Amino acid sequence: MVRIVLVGLLVAVVLAVLLSPFASRFPDGLERVAEDKGFIDKGEGNEVISSPIPDYAMPGVKHEGVATSLAGLVGTIFIFGLAYGLGHLLKGRRN
Amino acid sequence: MHIPDGFLDLKTWVTLGAVSAGLVGYALKRSSRKLGEKHIPLLGVMAAFIFAAQMLNFPVAGGTSGHFMGGVLAAVLLGPSAGLLVMATVLIVQCLVFQDGGLTALGANVFNMGVIGAMLGYYIYVALNRVMRGNPRVLFICSFVAGWLSIVLAASACAVELAISGTVPLGVALPAMAGVHSLIGIGEGLITALVLGFVFKLRPDLLDIEKI
Repeated sequence: MVRIVLVGLLVAVVLAVLLSPFASRFPDGLERVAEDKGFIDKGEGNEVISSPIPDYAMPGVKHEGVATSLAGLVGTIFIFGLAYGLGHLLKGRRN
Repeated sequence: MHIPDGFLDLKTWVTLGAVSAGLVGYALKRSSRKLGEKHIPLLGVMAAFIFAAQMLNFPVAGGTSGHFMGGVLAAVLLGPSAGLLVMATVLIVQCLVFQDGGLTALGANVFNMGVIGAMLGYYIYVALNRVMRGNPRVLFICSFVAGWLSIVLAASACAVELAISGTVPLGVALPAMAGVHSLIGIGEGLITALVLGFVFKLRPDLLDIEKI
């Protein structure tokens, strides 16, 4: 089990850190439809909260690719811990 | 297809927020009864992998991109309830930390990508599996088709929600959303089938862990 966790986590980190700077910058499916059908402006400036790492770019990092990689690294590790912790918490409640 | 704040009206996002909260509550309860030792690290790895893979937009036709969603992948490996929890974890962090998907639209996004993408996607996979039993390519075909359908159905649900909100007429939104996502779904189906094939080849015992 330890090995599959390490392999899986390594793959995730490689994707998030090394490949994310090369991801397509084109609008995604919903954004494209919103642009084409004229309702994209309804989503602009309406954010209810402001997030610490908006748009997957680490604030304060000048290089765009590095900012994306760092955001990916932080997110991947954080989410791993969160989901792992949730599993522990849920199982712990039974014992 | 993360819906931002502003696309959905009050009645739509409140309703979907309540429905998703109820189903996530059910999934939490079920998971707390059934989770075993093997599930816990897999929950973590699956959520981390899906988050990372969702960052990798690939270009599809006409200056549009799409990215992997992962609902069927998570649910086939871990089960529909655990799959929903994985998707909800990823979506909550994307919303709160990365401003990807609005806070008011969080319930809708969990509904589209978790309830439809993971839970419904799982039952589609299981039904296909039953029909195709005995075929040597059963895993690849069923996971590809379930992955493709999960994206098209989630995008269609998104179109219905936009229409109910009065943002865009259904006759405009539905063909546009289903159309572009039927292309993105090819990527979803391929990645789902390849990753599941790889995981089950490496660890065939994971086919048999209890689906929660």
